[in-house]
Amino acid sequence: MAKITLKNLRHSYMPNPSGPEDYALKEVDVDWADGGAYALLGPSGCGKSTLLNIISGLLVPSEGHVLFDDQDVTQRTPDQRNIAQVFQFPVIYDTMTVRENLSFPLKNRGVDAGTIARRVAEIAEMLEVSDMLDRRAAGLSPDNKQKISMGRGLVRDDVNVVMFDEPLTVIDPHLKWKLRSKLKELHQRVGRTMIYVTHDQTEALTFADKVVVMQDGEVVQIGTPVELFERPTHTFVGHFIGSPGMNLLPATLRDGGAFFQDQNITLEGAVTTGTKGAVEIGVRPEFVTLSNSGVPARVTKVSDVGRHHVVETMAGDTKVAAIMNGAIPNTGDAVHLQFKPSQTRVYADGWLATQPGA
Amino acid sequence: MKTENQKAWFFVLPVLALVAFNALIPMMTVVNYSVQETFGNNQFFWEGLTWFEQILRSERFHAALGRQFLFTFLILIIEVPLGVAIALSMPRSGPWVSVCLVLMALPMLIPWNVVGAMWNIFALPDIGLLGYFLNHTLGIDYDMTQNPFAAWVTIITMDVWHWTSLVVLLAYAGLVSIPDAYYQAAKIDGASNWSVFRYIQLPKMKNVLTIAILLRFMDSFNIYTEPFVLTGGGPGNSTTLLSIDLVKIALGQFDLGPAAAMSLIYFAITLLVSWLFYTLMTKDDLN
Repeated sequence: MAKITLKNLRHSYMPNPSGPEDYALKEVDVDWADGGAYALLGPSGCGKSTLLNIISGLLVPSEGHVLFDDQDVTQRTPDQRNIAQVFQFPVIYDTMTVRENLSFPLKNRGVDAGTIARRVAEIAEMLEVSDMLDRRAAGLSPDNKQKISMGRGLVRDDVNVVMFDEPLTVIDPHLKWKLRSKLKELHQRVGRTMIYVTHDQTEALTFADKVVVMQDGEVVQIGTPVELFERPTHTFVGHFIGSPGMNLLPATLRDGGAFFQDQNITLEGAVTTGTKGAVEIGVRPEFVTLSNSGVPARVTKVSDVGRHHVVETMAGDTKVAAIMNGAIPNTGDAVHLQFKPSQTRVYADGWLATQPGA
Repeated sequence: MKTENQKAWFFVLPVLALVAFNALIPMMTVVNYSVQETFGNNQFFWEGLTWFEQILRSERFHAALGRQFLFTFLILIIEVPLGVAIALSMPRSGPWVSVCLVLMALPMLIPWNVVGAMWNIFALPDIGLLGYFLNHTLGIDYDMTQNPFAAWVTIITMDVWHWTSLVVLLAYAGLVSIPDAYYQAAKIDGASNWSVFRYIQLPKMKNVLTIAILLRFMDSFNIYTEPFVLTGGGPGNSTTLLSIDLVKIALGQFDLGPAAAMSLIYFAITLLVSWLFYTLMTKDDLN
């Protein structure tokens, strides 16, 4: 178990990177507390797998340091770092039984037979695979194979961190949910630092205490699921998390206020002084309501998604979505939009540019 | 009710005709010869199983069969581990991959009789590069035309040179299909190089190796051209393998009946061993 610190980490797959665009990972500084559950969330190609491989030691970063408990491990190999990793596709040793698979990492480290037997029995019970211990691992279903992969990571009780690289990719949808809650439960039982990489917001938000959102090789926000939802510091986070994502309305700044369709929109707080660039107003569909006054718009589509309705409107030539319960307008209705001030913010060039409200 | 369409038979017909002419009919001719005696003029006399009995009891056949098994055993035990070792040491990516692959494929592109002729000249004690070097530079008494041991060393070396590449290419194909995650997981699990080979590479190569061993078994068991050109079965009968002996009986002595019986027995042995081998190698996959 360990606290993990990433210091000025940069990585390029090119031998002589010239500009920032050559870096798969641009300047990452992160502190992860011992025993936490973290998720790295971002679209494909955002650098999250690169970051994961740097932490596990499969990749040496071009610049910067990786510290476990304040000890520099940047140059150490994966087995010297004492970490465990679960890959996208289940990795099992085909010719071994489930028991042999689970004992393998311990056997390689010269652990005595009694301890191995005890640990394997413990982990098998936790993963609910005790009845399969003497079966050949090759014949198992994908979800059981993935459990065995996880088991090989958890069986060592001294690992610094367990990492998951999109581990549910090949699992059937109805089993995904089960394995996800199993993982959460495992984290609570073993209390080890865990890092979970995914492009699926549901997986990230249900698993992690803290989510690191990445885009184009950069960390755009680190926060609890609630923080990411309620106060995204970047339009990417607003857009990527939530369904549908945050509404972004092109706006102009004048007289100390933000204007959309020539209407002064009340914000959570004052706009940060010196803000310039492309300005947008961001407000989540959850905080948009229909009213008698406000920004005029026309309803273009109403979809029933089960728990609530998603109402899509056009205000001028800007699409604005609202999530509604109860009375639903008809398609084609002229309506007025109201935004909840405490959840309405200004973003300049993508970054949050308002002060939090009092 | 399901109506059955019989048209499909017409599409199978050309293949059936082809197989009939290049396999079934020649094979039945052999069966025909194997139970009769002929002195030419298309006169045949029924002999029953006499030829089969004669072949199965013949010491000459036993000796040739023994040499055949020894040859196949030796080349398999050399070519398979050597091929796997070479495949393991080949690069997995980069510009050298294609260079290695082409170099490996080269020996297999050479016609079999040319291989025999090349090695014949190469090994001649007085003028061949290898023969001269061994005799005159290293002072080893090596003459494959006189010494049975030297003749065996030469045909085995020739086969290894000609066909190890096949094992290499198949094993290499098996190796490159292993996803990186397996190696990374093994690293994290603290596995030694030997464990990586034993538990990841070898199991993943098993299927292609089964094919490689089967192909090398069938090919080497039926080998004719190369040893015939290289040693002609000599010195004496020391390198007379089954196929060489068969041709001697059929075309040298013109004993068509016994030759036909021998070919059928030969065919049955090849089939039986291949089947046994394949069943043993794949029986694990069933459960």
